[in-house]
Amino acid sequence: MAITQLSVFLMNQPGALVDAIKAISDANINIRALSIAEANDFGILRIIVSDSDAVCKLLGDQYLFSRTEVVAAKMGDRSGALYPILVVLNEANINIEYMYAFTGSGPEEAYVVFRVNDVKTAEEVLNANGIATLSDDNLKI
Amino acid sequence: MKKYFQPEIETAPREKILEIQNEKIVRQVKHVWDNVPYYRHLMEKQGVTPDDIKSVDDIKKLPFLSKADLRDSYPYGMLGADLKDCVRIHSTSGTTGKRVVAFYTQHDLDLWSDCTARAIVAAGGSEEDVVQVCYGYGLFTGGSGLHDGAHKVGCLTLPMSSGNTERQIQFMMDLESTILCCTPSYAAYIGEALKEQGFQPEDNKLKAGIFGAEPWTEEMRQEIEKSLGIKAYDIYGLTETSGPGVAYECEEQKGMHINEDHFYAEIIDPDTGEVLPEGSVGELVFTSLDKEAFPLLRYRTRDLCVLNRTPCSCGRTHVRMAKPMGRSDDMLIIRGVNVFPSQIETVLLNEGYTPNYQIVLDRERNTDTFDVYVEVAPDQFSDLMSQIQKMEKSLESALRTMLGISPKVHLVAPKTITRSEGKAVRVIDKRKLH
Ligand SMILES: [Zn+2]
Repeated sequence: MAITQLSVFLMNQPGALVDAIKAISDANINIRALSIAEANDFGILRIIVSDSDAVCKLLGDQYLFSRTEVVAAKMGDRSGALYPILVVLNEANINIEYMYAFTGSGPEEAYVVFRVNDVKTAEEVLNANGIATLSDDNLKI
Repeated sequence: MKKYFQPEIETAPREKILEIQNEKIVRQVKHVWDNVPYYRHLMEKQGVTPDDIKSVDDIKKLPFLSKADLRDSYPYGMLGADLKDCVRIHSTSGTTGKRVVAFYTQHDLDLWSDCTARAIVAAGGSEEDVVQVCYGYGLFTGGSGLHDGAHKVGCLTLPMSSGNTERQIQFMMDLESTILCCTPSYAAYIGEALKEQGFQPEDNKLKAGIFGAEPWTEEMRQEIEKSLGIKAYDIYGLTETSGPGVAYECEEQKGMHINEDHFYAEIIDPDTGEVLPEGSVGELVFTSLDKEAFPLLRYRTRDLCVLNRTPCSCGRTHVRMAKPMGRSDDMLIIRGVNVFPSQIETVLLNEGYTPNYQIVLDRERNTDTFDVYVEVAPDQFSDLMSQIQKMEKSLESALRTMLGISPKVHLVAPKTITRSEGKAVRVIDKRKLH
């Protein structure tokens, strides 16, 4: 399962982010979640979109990017919802490189995205503990 | 297939070459004395007259010419022929100051294209070949130099000029180019572009490339040979001496044969001007032997180089020059340490990067800042910031080991480092030292 995150190398200069986002919005593709990691000279834009294949085509040879498998775990949009998820991962010795969250379309529906060292195990332990995870098909809206 | 373009000259016995040189130098010095007051004045100051020059052994009595002389005498000061007899000019890019304008009569163009034709035949070219010239055309000598040589050999010549890589690739594939002529950095770039479009090295019909106009390393040669599936030949020349083709590589790929029937080469000590014994590393100096419009006697190239007179297995008898190991004015002094850009290139290739980089020097609080911008290759990219930062750090430490000083490395997106006329801009020095 797991979902596809696109990681895009952006130079730290005016317009770089705007241009990349514009390319995606012009194609009417929904950006479900977004986070940016930044260093002095460059940033890495991490996005989850409704149609990652189409965005890969758009980025084409204009951008340096990669596809990364990440785990999106469903949680209630309320206090204390994240904690049990982290406990499950921790007990399975899953190492989290980075994480961010986005809200879903339903009420009280939120997702937390994990970039982990072992995607397969992470999903198995989450699902075994009754925590739902998303697949790319769930993103197509 | 012809192995030489002008076998009687290219494989002439040494005594014959010397005889040609001795005869030509006497006439060339007389020609300059009669027609170039600027140089005549330099000779008079040194107390030399044409009567003192009886053979190439006497060349060492002549005064040197430097780039500064050519700038001072801009535009007509070095002109050795009537303007009405001149048919073309070329010019240096002028990136380091005032331009140098070189003039050519039809005779000069003919001897220059003989030189480039020899280079093309040495790279395996014949009238069967399709030569794609993607050196810049125009004031730059690269385009027309190789173009005219290819005509002389009878190749089908594609006058592409530089840039528009998509079109270069389309013509290369559709018209089945067999010989590519451009700067080595552009050849590497075309190689990358072909790979990106999903082509394998064996998908093109290229067999050879003739690359020059900028310094490149042995590692870069191997890289290009692999990515294009060709044999890559070096070619040397300067606008001041006519253009590319002063020297060129044969199939041995061990040094470039200097066209000694047109150019006499010396190696001197850059500090004292003294001619150095055979096999020494020093500054390369050229004397033209039969040029009309822009004859230069003892022109200091600033290239540090060594000559090799041992016989070459290709059968050519002309002396070979090594790939210049740096320019005496290319050498950067950073925090008191001598740095050659070619050292940085070597490290990048060893560490798995492309040779696309830019050095930026500046000064902050009386200390040099030293930044190196390097393009990341797609297969090195990671979504993890820590991974990219680790790459920067490890490249910094490899550079420190090679250079003795630490640059700050900045990884940048592919194809973002400035290229002008297909020539990568390697160094930006913002220090105001004068
Ligand atoms: Zn040879």
